Amino acid sequence: MSTNAHSETASSHAHGPSPHAAKIYIAVLLALLFLTLVTVGASYVDLGPANIVVAILIATVKASLVGLFFMHLIHDRPINGMILITGFMFLGLLLSFCLLDIDYRPHLAPTNKVYPKASGVMPPEPGKAPAVKTDNTAPEHH
Amino acid sequence: MSTTTVDLEHADHGHHDPTLQHHFATKDQQFDTSKLGMWLFLATEIMLFGVLFVAFGLSQAKWPDEFKEAHHHLQRPLGALNTIVLLISSWTMVMGVLSAQRGDKKKLTMYLFFTILCACIFLGVKYFEYSHKIEEGLLPGKWYSYHATAPEHVKGASVFFSFYFMMTGLHGFHILGGIVVLTWILFRSMKGEFGPNYFTPVDLSGLYWHLVDLIWIYLFPLLYLIQ
Repeated sequence: MSTNAHSETASSHAHGPSPHAAKIYIAVLLALLFLTLVTVGASYVDLGPANIVVAILIATVKASLVGLFFMHLIHDRPINGMILITGFMFLGLLLSFCLLDIDYRPHLAPTNKVYPKASGVMPPEPGKAPAVKTDNTAPEHH
Repeated sequence: MSTTTVDLEHADHGHHDPTLQHHFATKDQQFDTSKLGMWLFLATEIMLFGVLFVAFGLSQAKWPDEFKEAHHHLQRPLGALNTIVLLISSWTMVMGVLSAQRGDKKKLTMYLFFTILCACIFLGVKYFEYSHKIEEGLLPGKWYSYHATAPEHVKGASVFFSFYFMMTGLHGFHILGGIVVLTWILFRSMKGEFGPNYFTPVDLSGLYWHLVDLIWIYLFPLLYLIQ
């Protein structure tokens, strides 16, 4: 425990909290309340798709303030913060693979698409000879 | 070991400090171990809520108009009020931990009491919001019966309210759990169990409480403020 680079601060709990802790906490609370007002205010302004980005950015700043100061990560052993960040990284992994699936599924599976009956032509499947099908509700891929 | 052992920190048997479990060498080691375990639990909580957030995001991409329309039924001022209540409760919690670290039992008890009070206010506001939704028929899935929704929007809107009730409900149960835990901590603090020498339970329940707050910090803009 005392071998890491932050040993002088990492075990600060053993030496008691900083004398300025109460002032820091009240400043963090005021910042959090201010950011809440900002995020509510920003939601009334129509920024188009940027609205969601602004909302998530402000939420992330707020979450960082809570994590760093209220959850003591700023002067804690680094392993605890790493666990938190690892959690978020796996969340990002989940989100990115879900988005890949949603975004690219139509291109990879053209048979999901219903073609107009009038043409009666299905696009050729890879590796197969072009076929003319009149039944455009072919169920084989459902 | 004789009762005159001086080196309490390194005594293998019969140590005098009832708050130091015998399988830990030092109190620092015990504290760090407990904290590490708590953080691992918090990581699982992030995954639990994270799945819902991801599913919500994907559904929003699927029904953007319906979600936008549905979120106007949420009472933004009440959501903002609850955000403020939770932020203040996080502050009283961290002040409670500070009081425990400084050995101020009276202040610790007071701050814990105010944290629990804020949690109850949060659930009270949530009760008003829920009863309003239930009266209007703004309900999940097949129970959705709001009169002014266009038929083609019913599916998406009902999915929105499925997420709304699932996510705020799960979060509400976490608040409820927090109230139970903090009440237990409050009773223990009134018995004088915590001080500069031992405040691990206060610190760890504080971490849990801040995580519940942290989740709401994301829930509020995504549910109440999406455009």
